[in-house]
Amino acid sequence: MMTIIVIVAVLLVVVTGVQLLKIAELRAKSKGENIYDVKEKDGKMQGLLLFLFLFAYMGYFAWQMCEWGPRVLPVSASEHGVGIDFLMDLTFWIITPVFILTHVVLLWFCYKYAYSSKRKAFFFSHSNKLELIWTVVPSLALTVLILMGLNNWNTIMDPIPAETDHVLIEMTGQQFTWTARYAGEDKKLGRSHVTLIEGANATGVDAKDEFSKDDKLVKGEFHLPVNVPVQFVFRSIDIIHSAYFPHFRAQMNCVPGVSTQFNFVPTKTTAEMRKITGNDEFNYVLLCNKICGAAHYNMQMDIIVESQEDYDKWLAEQKTFGE
Amino acid sequence: MSAHHHNENDFLFKYIFSTDHKMISKQFLITGFTMGFIGLVMSTLFRLQLGWPGESFEIVELLMGSWQEGGVMAPDKYLALVTMHGTIMVFFLLTAGLSGTFSNLLIPLQIGARDMASGFLNMLSYWFFFVSSVIMLISLFVEGGAASAGWTIYPPLSALPEAIPGSGAGMTLWLVSMAIFIVSSLLGSLNYIVTILNLRTKGMSMTRLPLTIWAFLITAIIGVLSFPVLLSAALLLVMDRSFGTSFYLSDIYIGGQVLDHTGGSPILFEHLFWFLGHPEVYIVLLPALGITSEIVSTMSRKPIFGYRAMIGSMMAIGFLSFIVWGHHMFLTGMNPFLGAVFTFTTLLIAIPSAVKVFNYLTTLWKGNIKFSPAMLFSVGLVSTFITGGVTGLVLGNSALDINVHDTYFVIGHFHIVMGLSAIFGMFAGVYHWFPKLFGRMMNNKLGNLHFWTTIVCAYGVFFPMHFLGLAGVPRRYYTNSEFPMFDNMVDINEFISTFAVLALFAQLVFMFNFIYSAFRGPRAPQNPWEGTTLEWTTPVEHFHGNWYGDIPEVHRWPYDYSKVDANGDYVGGKDFIPQTTPLGEGEKDGGH
Repeated sequence: MMTIIVIVAVLLVVVTGVQLLKIAELRAKSKGENIYDVKEKDGKMQGLLLFLFLFAYMGYFAWQMCEWGPRVLPVSASEHGVGIDFLMDLTFWIITPVFILTHVVLLWFCYKYAYSSKRKAFFFSHSNKLELIWTVVPSLALTVLILMGLNNWNTIMDPIPAETDHVLIEMTGQQFTWTARYAGEDKKLGRSHVTLIEGANATGVDAKDEFSKDDKLVKGEFHLPVNVPVQFVFRSIDIIHSAYFPHFRAQMNCVPGVSTQFNFVPTKTTAEMRKITGNDEFNYVLLCNKICGAAHYNMQMDIIVESQEDYDKWLAEQKTFGE
Repeated sequence: MSAHHHNENDFLFKYIFSTDHKMISKQFLITGFTMGFIGLVMSTLFRLQLGWPGESFEIVELLMGSWQEGGVMAPDKYLALVTMHGTIMVFFLLTAGLSGTFSNLLIPLQIGARDMASGFLNMLSYWFFFVSSVIMLISLFVEGGAASAGWTIYPPLSALPEAIPGSGAGMTLWLVSMAIFIVSSLLGSLNYIVTILNLRTKGMSMTRLPLTIWAFLITAIIGVLSFPVLLSAALLLVMDRSFGTSFYLSDIYIGGQVLDHTGGSPILFEHLFWFLGHPEVYIVLLPALGITSEIVSTMSRKPIFGYRAMIGSMMAIGFLSFIVWGHHMFLTGMNPFLGAVFTFTTLLIAIPSAVKVFNYLTTLWKGNIKFSPAMLFSVGLVSTFITGGVTGLVLGNSALDINVHDTYFVIGHFHIVMGLSAIFGMFAGVYHWFPKLFGRMMNNKLGNLHFWTTIVCAYGVFFPMHFLGLAGVPRRYYTNSEFPMFDNMVDINEFISTFAVLALFAQLVFMFNFIYSAFRGPRAPQNPWEGTTLEWTTPVEHFHGNWYGDIPEVHRWPYDYSKVDANGDYVGGKDFIPQTTPLGEGEKDGGH
């Protein structure tokens, strides 16, 4: 029944529309006008609307900044993230004025130069000077952004020197869970391969490898000591996942058959971050950020950053692979 | 003409297997828009899920039938819709629909040719496209559902039905459809290139070509060089899926067993895919920019500013588009040095893009602008090109990309800079050349209404996505309700979805205007916008061959608008001088 009502309503709207258009055409014809001509008055109106759109659009932008701006990620909880945030801010300080100014010019021109039969357009087909200016100025701004970006990128991507004290974790992604494996006392990860997956050994750790014995496997939640570099090695045992740590400004794909890595230094404990965000239930989280199947939207693991002592205590409670 | 032995008035050869570029153009337009509308409806459906997760909608149940009993979308069906939406919009609407329509319509008309170099290949190009569209739609109805691995179809997800049901028969049909699509695209592109280079009328030198034609030429060259790479990527994927090879697969444990595949790398697929994937962005965008250049100049009654710089920047964009694909892969674990190189080349694209924007602005300056719906959409394109373009500086910078990669920030960016710009260019083109396509005029008031509702909804949908992205919300999530950190995103998602639904209704205004005007609109005069280019010298009615007598000769560049003599009077008495008018005594050609 509902469907029939909807169909009838749509038909009525269409028929009304057709009739209205016909009337408008007949009226224009009786006045000796072409309905499709853009009349001066109508054109001016559109120019004015575009100009008003400038204020609406910029107002909308400002409103979103106030309303939703505070909801973006809190300050970086990692060392390198501070540099990323700075560069991000700098980029926004460059692109926001460009965005606003070009829109002011665009929409102001639309209003100012809307058609008038009394005016002639200015025949102005090129100017080497102007074109040089707007090639060179963006180039200079870009040079700054590129250089700072590359500097940042290279620092972030540098592996941790072997002699620096650090935590080594292998993070394995599979549909739709994460498993963290700590390297243990020997600071070395034992071998792992998909062919070794069997029963409880869900990520395929090689039991025969000496280095595997003291490795510790953790699911659901994992802990990190504050201010100590963490070296992550990523793998996947089925399809591509992406380990995304938004609060630490860190992300790396997990690719079956390929080993990838990323390292960062957590600088704020979970307790500190709870204070900063004013949210007592705040938790750092690792999420999957590469489409990986039906439950992709819920592939997560909590991260607790805590003092070295608390971390040592927690780690001691975890069982080794040998056990 | 190749079809001379058929009676061209037969229904079959006039409307179906036509070799006339104008008819083929209309075929591309209507097929493209039909596909586009389907893609739009899909996006509205999954936006319902994102805005109001888990709620039941009658419309979902009605349209998705037994896929979705109870009207609540399931996660894998959500992914199927996302995948098909992307595929249809990028390839079927904005590649074939846009290039196919306007390259076919305008290349012969604007360069002064009676038809394409090969009308027969042109016809084949359309029919391959048609078949590929049909197969893509059929893939919605097979067991397991349509392809669901995202429009980028990264293996292993796309290779293993165990990973997601859509990677079964749905994915097979996706690959078949795309292979046929690529054949269509190549036949079209080769035809465009050959026609532009060889069939220009007397006097139509390369520097007298309208910018539309330059845009189509560069687009076609990019297409010819990059689509075959996607074809090979797809073929290797077919091999992996069906013949047990291991190009992309290695070390996989799924469905309780270890697969035999060893030694392949999914990263290889990503390289091959993005070698097309990135140029594809410009295959979509350049025709829209070319169309806009033409309309902005005509409707401002002013020459386009910096004609040569516009060509130069399009060439630069075309060239650079081939050496930036790695910016889609910063986080695949590729060598950081490579990431640095791709950052550098990517950010360089901002320079020619900025030049284009400034040249548009200068063209408007001191113009005498007539706001037809086509002009409104062109202004809209400049706005979206800026809005979406500036955030490219964030994403192209590898260090910044780390934290916004694959988030809604990306979705906002590319929908605005590529999706909206291209579709605005396509709408602008339809409004502007409707008199050439159908011999009738569209209704301006409805056109204006269409523009205003569309741009408001478009920014309502895509602007807030930047904030979602900066809050860390990943793309391709069925719902954001599983993470406490996203709990305060609920109202933003509702906001976006509301505008998405409204945007769908706004397109109905266009659909009505289009269909009504094609059959009942007022008859078009020969040159309604007082343009200078050759298409406005052809008669309004269509016949194979375009001009009754000889093909006109060209004597000047296409942008002689409001040219005045020493006394301040218009040269030739009007504010435009057709390209066919010989140069006056002492008059210099063009803006160079």
